[in-house]
Amino acid sequence: MQRRIEVRQAFGPLVEGEALVSEEGFSPRYDLDRWTGVITKPGHKLEGLSIVDKICFFPSAKGGIAAGWAFYDIKWKKIAPKAFVFGVTNPVMVQGAVFAGIPITAGWTPHPREVVKTGDRVRVDPARKIIEVL
Amino acid sequence: MKLTPEEQAILAGSSGEPARRALEYQIEVGRFWGAKRLVPVTNVHMMGDIEVMGDAGLDYLKGQAGMGARSAVPVTTNARCIDFARCEALGQDPSEVAKERELIQCLRRMDVVTTDTCINYQTVYQPHLGEHVAWGDTGTVIYANSVFGARSNFESGPAALAAALTGRTPEYGFHLKEHRLGSFTVELTAKLDDLADWGAVGKIVGEAHQDYFAVPVFHGSRRPPSADELKHLGAALASYGSMGMFHFVGVTPEAPSIEAALGRQAPRERLRVDDADIAAVYGSYRLGDGDARLVVFSGPQQSLLEMKRLAQLFDGRKVKAGSSCFVTTNGAVLAQSRTLGYAAALEDAGVTILEGVCFYILQNLSAMRQANRWSNMVSNSAKIVNIIGAHRFNTILRRTADCVEIACSGVLK
Repeated sequence: MQRRIEVRQAFGPLVEGEALVSEEGFSPRYDLDRWTGVITKPGHKLEGLSIVDKICFFPSAKGGIAAGWAFYDIKWKKIAPKAFVFGVTNPVMVQGAVFAGIPITAGWTPHPREVVKTGDRVRVDPARKIIEVL
Repeated sequence: MKLTPEEQAILAGSSGEPARRALEYQIEVGRFWGAKRLVPVTNVHMMGDIEVMGDAGLDYLKGQAGMGARSAVPVTTNARCIDFARCEALGQDPSEVAKERELIQCLRRMDVVTTDTCINYQTVYQPHLGEHVAWGDTGTVIYANSVFGARSNFESGPAALAAALTGRTPEYGFHLKEHRLGSFTVELTAKLDDLADWGAVGKIVGEAHQDYFAVPVFHGSRRPPSADELKHLGAALASYGSMGMFHFVGVTPEAPSIEAALGRQAPRERLRVDDADIAAVYGSYRLGDGDARLVVFSGPQQSLLEMKRLAQLFDGRKVKAGSSCFVTTNGAVLAQSRTLGYAAALEDAGVTILEGVCFYILQNLSAMRQANRWSNMVSNSAKIVNIIGAHRFNTILRRTADCVEIACSGVLK
């Protein structure tokens, strides 16, 4: 059976990369060291892991307005992920990702935990609103 | 998306290249959210400082200013990362300080009013019911939507800047009536005597509903909350829950009754917050291996009445030797606090007042933490307790008077 996820909203070009699947939400301001791309918030479920060049699955977006500039900043520093895949997101994540040109999706069926795990190779196709595990 | 003739003209370059690019970007964001059109906005509040923008953001801004970008509507700025009067004492990088000055000059060339405040809703501009604005800093947005009944989404720096240049924003989210209805109810039976208690409510409700489109309807409070209490409640809901709106029955303009706030729909859930829930929040923090040598009143900046209360609590007392206590506010509140003697009372007690900044976005904060060997941060702001984590602080929420006691004793109660 082909493992795939349908997403509700999507922006950006098609990308492929390694999945990083989180059970906890994300904010580039609260959780991330914006000089290394490593999640540093004490107790975050991905604490110590890098988001650089990953396809990041987060169930939710946390807090902050500052993500808008932060995504552009990390893209410029070459420590951005290849794509953000959110369960539920907020406008800031979308504004930030669009501004930085990072693919972003929201809304997923089925839940990624049923089809993808960290380390899997995945393809995000925003035009078709599909994520495939390769 | 349906564009007006004026918007089509902007896309054709009638208002210059920066506005054309800004509108293109707004259309892309609007498309993601299914917006059918753009709505004119009367006021923009944007986050733009060197800590959040970085060199890439500054380059972008310089490019915009160089192309002649101009604000189409009044635009104010959020709290920033450098306190120019204290940057040396704080150990902030001179190169970043210089960039911050450059950044401010860029914004002023674009006719941006650099107010450097996250409490614009208390000190600068109060939109009316139904007024469309494009505000950044989540605390300002949730206050605008909830307390004023104005209409804004979270507009991050690039999005607010785009709205500044085009004078409009895509119509989605809280610009639309259907997203403004309450989705669940929260009965408040807890006493809620302190600002931190209101922040704790925001933490409890926000953590359990991390959803921008979840709109809680509060009711049953023993008394109506003050503006500062609503500010701490909203800031915490936005911070823990990424929420952009709440209703408070009998208090906020779109909630004359529970039924009206819910749009006559059944709530998805009914919550209650009682005294035990609030006590459990305070009981959840641990001092860990460190001490309680850092107390912060910030996030959001202090209002004049918060400054007054702190001045009274610190009057005749001293911050314990070896401890640090910071208060942040904006230039307007600080000027008045000086006139009224509140600033002197705080400074006599050894409190450091920072102007135009918020503590958690201070440039060089991680290095400052290491240099001072701070491991814990105590605050009466549930928001800052949440958001400063990336700088590796262990954080502890306490009531305002307890925070003052901890600052003066160095002992966590």
